[in-house]
Amino acid sequence: MIAESGHYALVLALGLALIQSTVPLLGARWRDAALMNVARSTALAQLLFVAASFAALVTLHVTSDFSVVNVYENSHSLKPLIYKITGVWGNHEGSMLLWVSILALFGGLVAAFGNNLPLSLRAHVLAVQAWIASAFYLFILITSNPFLRIANPPIEGRDLNPVLQDIGLAVHPPMLYLGYVGFSISFSFAVAALLEGRIDAAWARWVRPWTLMAWIFLTLGIAMGSYWAYYELGWGGWWFWDPVENASLMPWLAGTALLHSALVMEKRNALKVWTILLSILTFSLSLLGTFLVRSGVLTSVHAFATDPTRGVFILLILCVFIGGSLTLFVWRASALKQGGLFAPISREGALVLNNLFLTTACATVFIGTLYPLALEVLTGEKISVGAPFFNLTFAPLFVPLLIAVPFGPLLAWKRGDLLGAAQRLMAAGIAAFVVIAVVWAWTYGGATLAPIAIGLAVFVISGALCDLAERVGLFRVPLSISLRRARGLPRATWGTVFAHAGLGIALIGIVCETTWNSEYIGTMRPDDVARVAGYQLRLDGMTPRQGPNYREMVAQFTVSLDGQRISVMTPSKRNFTTRGSSTTEAALLSRGASQLYISLGDTAADGSIAVRIYHKPLVLLIWWGPVLMAFGGMLSLSDRRLRVGAPKPARAARALQAAE
Amino acid sequence: MTRKQRRLTLIGGALVVLAIAAGLVLNALRDSIVFFSTPSMVAEKHIGPGRRFRLGGLVETGSLKRGDNLAVTFTVGDGGAELPVAYKGILPDLFREGQGVVAEGSLDASGVFRADTVLAKHDETYMPKDVADALKKQGHWKDDYGTKPTADAAPAPTQGAVR
Repeated sequence: MIAESGHYALVLALGLALIQSTVPLLGARWRDAALMNVARSTALAQLLFVAASFAALVTLHVTSDFSVVNVYENSHSLKPLIYKITGVWGNHEGSMLLWVSILALFGGLVAAFGNNLPLSLRAHVLAVQAWIASAFYLFILITSNPFLRIANPPIEGRDLNPVLQDIGLAVHPPMLYLGYVGFSISFSFAVAALLEGRIDAAWARWVRPWTLMAWIFLTLGIAMGSYWAYYELGWGGWWFWDPVENASLMPWLAGTALLHSALVMEKRNALKVWTILLSILTFSLSLLGTFLVRSGVLTSVHAFATDPTRGVFILLILCVFIGGSLTLFVWRASALKQGGLFAPISREGALVLNNLFLTTACATVFIGTLYPLALEVLTGEKISVGAPFFNLTFAPLFVPLLIAVPFGPLLAWKRGDLLGAAQRLMAAGIAAFVVIAVVWAWTYGGATLAPIAIGLAVFVISGALCDLAERVGLFRVPLSISLRRARGLPRATWGTVFAHAGLGIALIGIVCETTWNSEYIGTMRPDDVARVAGYQLRLDGMTPRQGPNYREMVAQFTVSLDGQRISVMTPSKRNFTTRGSSTTEAALLSRGASQLYISLGDTAADGSIAVRIYHKPLVLLIWWGPVLMAFGGMLSLSDRRLRVGAPKPARAARALQAAE
Repeated sequence: MTRKQRRLTLIGGALVVLAIAAGLVLNALRDSIVFFSTPSMVAEKHIGPGRRFRLGGLVETGSLKRGDNLAVTFTVGDGGAELPVAYKGILPDLFREGQGVVAEGSLDASGVFRADTVLAKHDETYMPKDVADALKKQGHWKDDYGTKPTADAAPAPTQGAVR
């Protein structure tokens, strides 16, 4: 019954989406407020039905109803409750249902909080949102229905892939999807603006919070996924340039560019056409990511060719939405009026530079991800494009961007003074050179690029602080006045400072981890001692243990530094009986921002065990950076100017009238 | 500056950045790409020692030998030819005899494949895609190898062992 009602709710949601995608458009054409308002109620009702459908699937998983194929294939009655719930989106069908649920959630949010939007704009936005929703409801119902039953229900399920039985899975996909799908809002706004043939600064003011929200989730989602891979896969890598990861990095890069260009549009009413194009591209890349991950094309081009229903369907959605929106763009973009002028050296100019480098970097990732696929389809030749490719392309493009980051906020709008900005950044520059010298002297004879990269990171961080000091007049006015000014600064300014500093912090982590990572790989017997980076790790012994749906061998290590006992680490090797596969549970010990990392290999017949021990200096900064960036985003989001539903300031109202 | 000059500056700057990026990409595509090969393809193409490539195939049953200090040797075959592989380090969880494997490295003078990375991007029912495709092409595919792909919602990057 539950499965059938879930299925039925999804069909009803499709019906509502079809209404929502047509009626409001007719209303806008006939200037009929009642018809335009249909969008609002259908969007909310759609959310209700999709949520019911999702709740049905969760219930099926929790109650281990193995008469449903999806539950049978991905669950097990002994699995802990939390993984029964997270297992819902640990498979293709469930994760697509999560995707549309989040899409409906965003549609519902626009409907609920978009009361200050012009009626016709809201109708257009929600209609476009419903087009996307209808396409994906059809996709789920036709090719990936999670509610299918089995004729002869088995007694026990096949269990979830053990690698996915981790708390990381509980958080990572929803976060990522909130980011991916969140960009659908800016896409809908862009398409709505093109349909209406009208766009102004107020439009950017409405779009920016949604973009920012999606960006925050995507940032956290990517960081979360990277940390999950780091501790769960057992060999200490945190970024693999795997196509699946690139699929999430591309929308992030484009989204970051969009965030900055929307700023120019909001403040200066310039870069309109570019902002629209970026909105379209960002969501297109999200769709491309969905296609890459969900169609199976990455698993095997061959499998894609033999069972093409899903892949071709998503490819079709991809083509219709990307092709359609770009055609609309080409057709209507010229109708949008040109905005404010600015000199190449100005805040706008700096933001254009930022956009240029971000989109180019995004393009290199795009090529590196799709080139192997294209080559295989065209010539049948198999190649792999890995880290070396991205180190040679992505990294050099990010260097000039990072150098430019501190300059941006210090330049004035319209016409900036580069020399003045450079003078104000003097302190940051000096700090960077001191750090380069110190690090270089300290690691004399080691890597040459690392000190420079760290200097660059310090430049970015101290540049952000310089900007802050400049704004509050630190050391020029009494400290109490500076503090008062600091409190009075717009939250968006604080957001910029945190986000830019986060970038520098992540860079320090990346450089330190890749350059000064030390490791010990070997076999150990009980009472053997391994020495890594000054730490002594003694293997005390190994004990077997029984988990809910696995058996594990736990090894205990005593960690000491200079003879001083610090802590105990217990990595383990788990064996999942149902699937007959094993996972490595690494043990992590944080010392400040650095970590010790132990993962186990095979046990030999003579009782010795293969171990891998890493010392990763400052590795945690890699994830603190993005968290800081996301925090900056949240501060910026809480800025009064952008608050969703905040009363319109008089200026925005004027801009609105001007556009009429 | 007139509007036109400003726009030209912008477009010129954009073109310069794009040209640099294109140069970087072409350069990287020449130098940093690794080709995939099965043992039969290695024999056919006469890949010389020292050239890096990815070797894929099945780990021959009974060929895995463990030496001192994590050194392992095993044989990778694809039904047509076999190639001995030497590796030092911890093998990934999913490494098994009789199952698919992808190793990255190069041949040494004596014709042994010295791997510095061993990847096993599959669970017990799923083969590495390159291996499966190659085996199918050469007609050595058996249905009981299983074809169910892992349906991971989260990025499940290549699990592997890297030294």
